[in-house]
Amino acid sequence: MLALLPKGRPALARWLALAVAVAGLGLAVQGFVAGMGQGRTVIVDLPWVPSMGIHFLLAADGISRVLVLLTGLAAVAGVLFSWNIELRTNEFFAFFLALIGGVYGVFLSFDLFLLFVFYEVAIVPKYFLIAIWGSTRREYAAMKLALYSFVGSAMVLIGLLAAYATAGSHSTGLIELAHAGLPVSFQMWCFPLVFTGFAILAGMWPFHTWAPTGHVAAPTAASMLLAGVVMKLGAYGCLRVGIALFPHGLDPWGFSFAGLGSWRDVFAVLAVVGIVYGALVALAQTDFKFVIGYSSVSHMGFVLLGLMTLNQIGVTGAVLQMFSHGIIAGLLFAIVGRIVYDRTHTRQFAELETMHLSKRLPFAAWAFVIAGMASMGLPGFSGFVAELQVLVGAWKVNPWWVAAAGVGIVVGVAYTWRAMQKAFFSDALPAAHVLEQEQGHPLAAITWPEVTGVALLVGVSLAVGLYPRILLDTIEPAVKALLAGGGQ
Amino acid sequence: MNYADLFRATLPETALEVAALVVLVVDLGLLRKAALKARLAVAALVGVAGCGAALWAVLLQGTEGLSYQGTGELLLTTGGFTAAAQVGILALTALTLMLLIDANFTRHVGEYVAVVLMAATGGLLIAAAQDLLVIFVGLELLSLGLYILTAFAKRSGKSAEAALKYYLFGGMSAAFLLFGFSYLYGITGSTNLHQILLAVYGWDAFHAAPLLYVSIVLIAAGLGFKVAAVPFYLWAPDTYEGAPAPAAAFIASVSKVASFALLIAISTAALHVFDGAHAHMIARVEIHTYLAPQPIYLGFLIPWSLILTVLSAASMVLGNLAALAQTSVRRLLAYSAIAHAGYILLGLAFFSYSSRSAVAVLYYVLTYGLTTVGAFGVVAVVERATGSDKMDAFLGLHKRNPVLAAVLLVLFLSLAGIPPLVGFWAKFNLFAAVLGVSAGPVAFGLVALAVALSAVSLYYYLQVLKRAYVMQGVDDTPIKAHPVTLAVLVGIAASVVVLGCFPALLTGWIGGFAK
Repeated sequence: MLALLPKGRPALARWLALAVAVAGLGLAVQGFVAGMGQGRTVIVDLPWVPSMGIHFLLAADGISRVLVLLTGLAAVAGVLFSWNIELRTNEFFAFFLALIGGVYGVFLSFDLFLLFVFYEVAIVPKYFLIAIWGSTRREYAAMKLALYSFVGSAMVLIGLLAAYATAGSHSTGLIELAHAGLPVSFQMWCFPLVFTGFAILAGMWPFHTWAPTGHVAAPTAASMLLAGVVMKLGAYGCLRVGIALFPHGLDPWGFSFAGLGSWRDVFAVLAVVGIVYGALVALAQTDFKFVIGYSSVSHMGFVLLGLMTLNQIGVTGAVLQMFSHGIIAGLLFAIVGRIVYDRTHTRQFAELETMHLSKRLPFAAWAFVIAGMASMGLPGFSGFVAELQVLVGAWKVNPWWVAAAGVGIVVGVAYTWRAMQKAFFSDALPAAHVLEQEQGHPLAAITWPEVTGVALLVGVSLAVGLYPRILLDTIEPAVKALLAGGGQ
Repeated sequence: MNYADLFRATLPETALEVAALVVLVVDLGLLRKAALKARLAVAALVGVAGCGAALWAVLLQGTEGLSYQGTGELLLTTGGFTAAAQVGILALTALTLMLLIDANFTRHVGEYVAVVLMAATGGLLIAAAQDLLVIFVGLELLSLGLYILTAFAKRSGKSAEAALKYYLFGGMSAAFLLFGFSYLYGITGSTNLHQILLAVYGWDAFHAAPLLYVSIVLIAAGLGFKVAAVPFYLWAPDTYEGAPAPAAAFIASVSKVASFALLIAISTAALHVFDGAHAHMIARVEIHTYLAPQPIYLGFLIPWSLILTVLSAASMVLGNLAALAQTSVRRLLAYSAIAHAGYILLGLAFFSYSSRSAVAVLYYVLTYGLTTVGAFGVVAVVERATGSDKMDAFLGLHKRNPVLAAVLLVLFLSLAGIPPLVGFWAKFNLFAAVLGVSAGPVAFGLVALAVALSAVSLYYYLQVLKRAYVMQGVDDTPIKAHPVTLAVLVGIAASVVVLGCFPALLTGWIGGFAK
């Protein structure tokens, strides 16, 4: 999946990247449709390192299919929204597609080792995408992101090695390891290690700080991917590896400290803190893109909270929230980064307020209204179904979590509303000469890739919001199987 | 004494020595009037041919191997992991010779190649040695060669300074080593590795336990110097910085492989003897502690592992942290070499009776050597074009020579241990082997430390890559590399990728040498 093309032909690179992304999406849709109602299907199974029992095992269950579909959508939208990249176009799309390839690999790996390899493969392209094509403090943000990711994956690697050595089995297959009967005491300390390692990438508070800076500095397509897909890698790892391999890691400790009686309580509380904290910080930002960046932290908190419910509805909600947030965050970043910033060259609310964007960029304004509603979790959009399920699942476990998360939702409405108003619908009426001046310098017209990308993402979010069964039917059996004991 | 046996057992070494003489004759005799370029090409070609011949000789000996016994005691063995290490030494030597093709640091081409080949002979000897004297002779042959190679850029003050430092430290450490060997001989009355280790478990060595520990420490100091382990690393940054690039590549790769092959041999021998004498020794310890409340006698293996563990932990920490502060890429590579030596020593400290640890350590050393040769090759080209090995000399490399930048990207990411490149598999293999030996808190803690520090190492490798790919260059004139150099570097990068994608290839190959 590498586009090493001749220089000086950016158009070719764009179309090729689009073709690859669309082909990926096509395969994802085909796999999704073909896999409906089926359990786990194995795609490739080849011995890779026979002496250590490592297999090149790609397979898909319901959870994988949904997330692969998300990746396909995000990839297509990402290419569409980076149509205007002029600097080193070939390399940009090469890194972009390498990242996408790594992500597909993680979602499809059913060998712990292979999963880890793909997980790390995704780190390096992120660094270069941000460091070369980024904006605000890009080198700092890129290095921070790369090191956070690598530290997280180092924790995962330690856990992986320990699990492999402890299980004493001759296989690194996820299902074999889940059935290896790892001792409870081992799971107790290995679970938090691996879970935290993955959760760093899922933006769990207090390890989230890479996320806002990274999202803001990244070029539009990369922020879409980071928030839309890469953070899901972390959450997916938490579920597929953390919870599935070390189910006893979540058992009660047998004592309680400050109201926390198990790792489950610890991580659930961190998730709730992330929801509220992310929302509150988003409310105080002056940079449009930081608002979206912190909102991602808040929304990913719902995913982690859903995972920690450990019941059918909560975990299903978490997976659906991964999908939903992937679409919505991608859309928000696309509007802020591509449609608005590339034309106005500022993301500061103070400056945007004076630009009357609702008049000059009506398309952007209305797209943001729709995306904002989706992000707030209004019924009819995918976010509503997902967050509702998470909250219902959490209520069964501990109503206080729900109460706190509810605060996060309310603040979420507030910051979205504030951003919308400040950026697009400021009240001040323009003076006549300002209007004239503005008409003298019209902002560049909206191009077809932007319209297509927005339509694609809004359409998907609406479709899932109005008829959630389309995804739920696929997710539910897989979650059930996973909670019952590490997959089929 | 049988000279035919000796000849057969030392055929690879002989081949290299002959090649060294041929190089001298050809270069000094036949090509005296020829241009420097032609002389370089011919000398490198003859050297590579010599390595090829020696390689053929190694393979001829087969995996079963031969052994040469002097007056009743085993001096040399071939085959087995020795052969794997020797193949590695010869291949890496050939690669460093190919990088010589457009060198301009010396006019004494023939001498340079001859010294390289002689040093490689020393490396082959060390890898095969089973006797303290042969070990020492091999080490000295290798080391003397390296001192000369370091000083070869006669017009460069740095080169002379580095060589002098290297020589002084090296002489000191050789003295330590010899001192340790002499104690060992005094305790056990033998110079053969197996005899010594057997005797160490006997009653005689038991009385001389303090002396034995002193000698273990001295030997570890001497060998720790060769592999640049903390605290015997001080020569490394200066030497890596001052030596001509092909010589630095040779020091960083071939000399490392040979030294680690020796450490593998010692650890393997210690374990095998330990296995035989285990029950015996436990009984001794009990009797001893019962009769007299003196320090418990620990034998050879436990103090040996202990000291390797300490060296390993210190090297990992200091190497990785010091590398963070470097501005010169060569010094950075030196500190990263110290860190990598730390990882490898961890594998040696927790050594398994089965061949698994030996395979993992060899895998690590060979792939690390390959990667480092490539890295020095890139540094050499950039240095020639910009006159500096500072990180800023790499600014905008992706524009000035995209192929070179891509090679650098692959090699440095491999050194950082990013999959699917070979460096990741080397680390994974090694750490899995360590945990396979002991899953106790010490082993686990050290592995955790190593993994955490390799996350740190990504930072400094990215510092260089950032300059090559991200930051704007001040000078965009293309950098030209000799086609042969470029081909070698691309070949190295390609093999790093291929071996990384199919890790079973190399483990299978090395494992095939297990006796």
